[in-house]
Amino acid sequence: MPNIRLIARLDVKGPNLIKGIRLEGVRVLGDPGEFARAYYEQGIDELLYVDAVASLYRRNNLVEIVRLASEHVFVPMTVAGGVRSIGDVEELLRAGADKVAINTAAVRRPALIREVARRFGAQCMVLSIEAKRVAVDRWEAHVDAGREPTGLEVLEWAKRAIDLGAGEILLTSVDREGTRSGFDCDLVRCVATAVPVPVIASGGMGLLEHLREVVERGRADAVAFADVLHYRRLSLGQIRSFALDAGYCMRRHAA
Amino acid sequence: MPPDVVVLDYGMGNVGSVLRALAACGVAAELSGEYEAIASAGRLILPGVGAFGDGMEELGRRGLTGPILAFARSGRPFLGICLGMQMMLSVSEEFGPVSGLGLIEGTVRAIPNRGSNGQPHKVPHVGWNRLVPCNGSAGALLDGIGPDAAGYFVHSYSAVPDSPDHIAADCDYDGCRIAAVIRSGALYGCQFHPEKSGPTGLRILHNFLSLG
Repeated sequence: MPNIRLIARLDVKGPNLIKGIRLEGVRVLGDPGEFARAYYEQGIDELLYVDAVASLYRRNNLVEIVRLASEHVFVPMTVAGGVRSIGDVEELLRAGADKVAINTAAVRRPALIREVARRFGAQCMVLSIEAKRVAVDRWEAHVDAGREPTGLEVLEWAKRAIDLGAGEILLTSVDREGTRSGFDCDLVRCVATAVPVPVIASGGMGLLEHLREVVERGRADAVAFADVLHYRRLSLGQIRSFALDAGYCMRRHAA
Repeated sequence: MPPDVVVLDYGMGNVGSVLRALAACGVAAELSGEYEAIASAGRLILPGVGAFGDGMEELGRRGLTGPILAFARSGRPFLGICLGMQMMLSVSEEFGPVSGLGLIEGTVRAIPNRGSNGQPHKVPHVGWNRLVPCNGSAGALLDGIGPDAAGYFVHSYSAVPDSPDHIAADCDYDGCRIAAVIRSGALYGCQFHPEKSGPTGLRILHNFLSLG
């Protein structure tokens, strides 16, 4: 049975936790620190912070947010958005992050993947892919919060990044993100069954059944969700019980 | 009273997270890469994230290998975490062979890229796995840790001590048994990250801080 991780995705703009639909149309939800702390106490396996506007403004404001969270959140934290250099990674890791997920900067200069993996280990270097379906079984990687196409076919890009040293793939379906209509399981399966490193599926969780689909059909190694938690449509306890009942091998409770 | 707990700073690893987890256990640990701090420490923690060879090279370059060995011989409690645990062994196959600290006889080997059923599985091994104590040898380190308790693992290599007596707890990764806690006397190593393993990890750190 698969061993999966449950990841809370926290999209941040400035000081606020936000939530959009297909990474756009942002709604402000509140203080990311309060949400992070609540999810930790409810037993989340991992947190994923995404700076929603970092690459547009060429800066990263998550350092302070991560630093504050790390005082009372003792599970792994990944930071995505606006990570462009070894110096950025160093600063985030010092603040309490464990991994960085890089999209735009890796597309612009793939050698960055090798540099980060070499300096901090492959486990720290997560390749973030924002995928849009462009044909029946074809997806294109996008940058700048799903706005800019790159011409890169998703699976080819993932494989190339892994050759360069990426130790994990954060795979966001822009088409499904924030829609609660279920994960793009074809996309997840296409990548997760073809690469040797773990794949985090993100975008589309609305129902418990969606979790089963993305794990069993999509073969996701980890599942990230935002909307269902932020709007309290599902509790972490419900999600974990469902996964345990489905027979997945996972952390049983917050203890 | 001077800080009793020293977290070794050698330029590798998530020392900030380790310090904050210790703070949550009520201990203001000292982060140091100085010989004097190690020599006078009551307890020493060797964290680490990254490649084995880089870690050993940094320890050597900073003149820390000797002080660590001297500390370990003194019988005071020592905890290696992740790479820090792996460096406690004699040798690693990661980009090697590369010699380790040799505190516990054994080899650091790549995690097999297939599970026990012969199917390929993901490496690095990233995730939460249940900690299974072996032959009661974890001592007080796993006090209060329930049968469902899990640790957060992230690694591509794992420690294989020559003597199974040194494996105090292990975990199952897709049919592969992976050493989760190793021990020789007052020397302990955790392959998982206690500082990132929620309340279970904090309890293990608390136990380490309470060892007599």
